[in-house]
Amino acid sequence: MNAMLRCLLWRDLQLVVRRKSDAVAALFFFIIATSLFPLGVGSEPALLRAVGPGVLWVAALLSAMLSLNRLFAADHADGSLEQLVLMPVPLTLTVAVKTLAHWLTSGLPLVLLAPLLGLQFDLAGDALAVLTLSLLLGTPLLSLIGAIGAALTLGVRGGGVLLAVLVLPLYIPVLIFGAGAVSACAHGMSPWGGLSLLGALLVLGVVFAPFAAAAALRVSLE
Amino acid sequence: MGFSTIHWYRYASPQAFYPLAGTLAPLFLAIAMGLGLIGLFIAFFVAPTDFQQGEAYRIIFIHVPAAWMSMFIYLVMACWGAVGLALNARLSFMMAQALAPTGAMFTLVALVTGALWGKPMWGAWWVWDARLTSELILLFLYLGAMALHSAVDEPRRADKAFAVFALVGAINVPIIYFSVKWWNTLHQGASISLTKAPAMAAVMLWGMLILALACWAYSIGAAMLRVRCIIAEREREASWMNEMREAE
Amino acid sequence: MMHWNSTGEFFAMGGYGFYVWVSYGLTALCLAGELWMLHSRRRRIERAGDEA
Repeated sequence: MNAMLRCLLWRDLQLVVRRKSDAVAALFFFIIATSLFPLGVGSEPALLRAVGPGVLWVAALLSAMLSLNRLFAADHADGSLEQLVLMPVPLTLTVAVKTLAHWLTSGLPLVLLAPLLGLQFDLAGDALAVLTLSLLLGTPLLSLIGAIGAALTLGVRGGGVLLAVLVLPLYIPVLIFGAGAVSACAHGMSPWGGLSLLGALLVLGVVFAPFAAAAALRVSLE
Repeated sequence: MGFSTIHWYRYASPQAFYPLAGTLAPLFLAIAMGLGLIGLFIAFFVAPTDFQQGEAYRIIFIHVPAAWMSMFIYLVMACWGAVGLALNARLSFMMAQALAPTGAMFTLVALVTGALWGKPMWGAWWVWDARLTSELILLFLYLGAMALHSAVDEPRRADKAFAVFALVGAINVPIIYFSVKWWNTLHQGASISLTKAPAMAAVMLWGMLILALACWAYSIGAAMLRVRCIIAEREREASWMNEMREAE
Repeated sequence: MMHWNSTGEFFAMGGYGFYVWVSYGLTALCLAGELWMLHSRRRRIERAGDEA
């Protein structure tokens, strides 16, 4: 069973490496979106420091959402998803592994890139560290919650917009705790409240989201 | 006929429930009408003027029941969805679907009346207060669930997807409420602190409770009317539907 | 009744008339609108049934 899941993870990662453009485009979106804000709101360092955490988090959230339909849609289109469902492995685990692969290719690059973009917003060193840590805890949640939405909207017409409408309200707690931790740190308060809540949500998400996404996938493939 | 001799689960089939819903709907709407009139009478003529808020507080008499109903209906909707998923009962899905527009309507009413109350009280149409923000997100969840249902062509899949999303949303609502509350304490300077409600006069509470009951009866009535429409649309081809139509 | 001395005072709502009556009016409109939509949906179904 483990070997099968490892194979699946490897396969999903290889697929992304071969079709680089999707993953790279989502990453570019993150960079471009965050760069637009200083042009829109002005370049005063104090203002940028104030809006920076929120802007970086919202952009990360939207960027993670852009790549969500990649999670199941391609496998659904070529029929391999039905084979995956038939594997002698609980579907929950299959979904969890696919979500992990999605996070490794969409969330993790955001985490690595964020401190660099934080410099654009004049964030101090400790705020940058908290930003990275909060994204490290938060982006897996984005993939986990997003997997439920992606499974529900699989093959539905107008699925892209619908996916956004379904998933964005569910993302709100992640955004609040993540951006809240960073701005707390920027204001000289302890970021650990937000970070621990984010960690608690992550534990909840890891336990329940693959289960819900697997149920949604079964509904969509029936 | 004794209670035990009636087979209550008979009504789990749309065919048996259809006429029952037809008799229940006007009954509950009439109850809603009666309770609503009593509640409005209390709200406008019995309840005294609030010494802090003046007459503007009379908006609370619809705002609070609407907010209660919006959350309660979401919960009931998610429960019907869960029952539907667990027992694969079609009528449960139909009930869940029938409740959604009414719940969304009450959410909208709660938001609009909240803004109309907030303007004279807080001096702003909109305040990012935990309760208002959660209510807004609840509206998004309602609209998302309804959009999902209408986007999926196949009815059985639409029903189940709707139920899964409603359940996921139901788990999220308390988390969202808590997170927005936490966020408010973080940005204390920007938010206007709510004036803590003074000990509510008993008569105010009664007015609110009666109006909440009226909203509850209205929701059941409207959901019954809608579930009849849904059954009629889905079972268009069934022979019992045609027989019933001829009998009517 | 008890605390309104005149109809005008009742409609003025102590200066908050606009907010109070718009709230109640919009709520009534929402409820009536929903019932009207349900009614027309019903009629549409019946008309489609008659044609079939």
